[in-house]
Amino acid sequence: MLLAFSLYRTFEWIENHNVGFYIRSSTVWFPIIEAFHLLALAVIGGAVLLVDLRLLGFQLTRQPIAQVARDAEPWFRLSLAVMLVSGLLLFSSEAVKCYYNAAFWIKMVSLALAMLFTFTIQRRVVLRAQGYDTTRGLRIVAIVSLVLWSGVGFAGRGIGFY
Amino acid sequence: MSVLGFCEWLGSTAISVGIRESTLSFPIIESVHVLGLCLFLGMAVMLDLRLLGLALKAVPVSEVYARLLPWTWAGAVIMVISGIFTFLNDPARYYQNVFFRIKVVFLIAAVLNAWLFDMGIYRSIGSWDTDVRTPQRARMAGMLSLTFWAVVVVAGRLIAYNWFDKQ
Repeated sequence: MLLAFSLYRTFEWIENHNVGFYIRSSTVWFPIIEAFHLLALAVIGGAVLLVDLRLLGFQLTRQPIAQVARDAEPWFRLSLAVMLVSGLLLFSSEAVKCYYNAAFWIKMVSLALAMLFTFTIQRRVVLRAQGYDTTRGLRIVAIVSLVLWSGVGFAGRGIGFY
Repeated sequence: MSVLGFCEWLGSTAISVGIRESTLSFPIIESVHVLGLCLFLGMAVMLDLRLLGLALKAVPVSEVYARLLPWTWAGAVIMVISGIFTFLNDPARYYQNVFFRIKVVFLIAAVLNAWLFDMGIYRSIGSWDTDVRTPQRARMAGMLSLTFWAVVVVAGRLIAYNWFDKQ
């Protein structure tokens, strides 16, 4: 109870802080940041799909798995950074609305799980993969990654509809 | 019939009214459009980054194309279909929206750029397939593609805002 209460107060404080207030009081900033959030979405989608489709054996099968993963990684990190910064700015302008928004919480949980999975299990397994052949384990990793990241996308779009 | 007249007629069809009056149709269509963006543009961006020598450097350009293009096409189909349904939500308003028009212009430019690349410098792929630094015309095509698609995305997102709409 106490935690929920203080979380609400934190969100309220964020929303009324300079940055959030500034974005909210302007007509153009929110849409512009949102647009950058979308551009980075395209890149992160590409980076995630490149690796996951490779793991499923659907593309670039003549390239070693670990090589494809290494190629995609800088783009994944860059786009994730843009997503997090732009997402934080969007959140700061409407933190209290997000507090009451189920889609927002689904997105945050999916995001935490997706990042955790990508940076720990997936990263370790993929970079250690020898050679070209995919395995049942790698396919499962790819499917989990696709499900988690699509969950982030769907729930994220959902925030705007409530 | 004028284009606006056509859009107004389109907006009065059963499918358009259905999308507009349903609670769930539009959010679902939009979500598919956004997720489709990952597949379509994500793949297209990777192709462009290869042309610019910024990703998948060790993979021959022709192989990147052969492998990623089917996925890009699949993404394009999803985008076009979900895009048409999005448009059906309120055709007359979108048609008159300045961001919608910007989006259409840059969409055509992006497709034209891809087509010219395909008809032009890509014909001589044999002589630069494994180069990290591709010919200038190929790099130009990659750069223009990234720029045009970025404008399409930004303008597309801004259609939702009625800053310049005639009321």
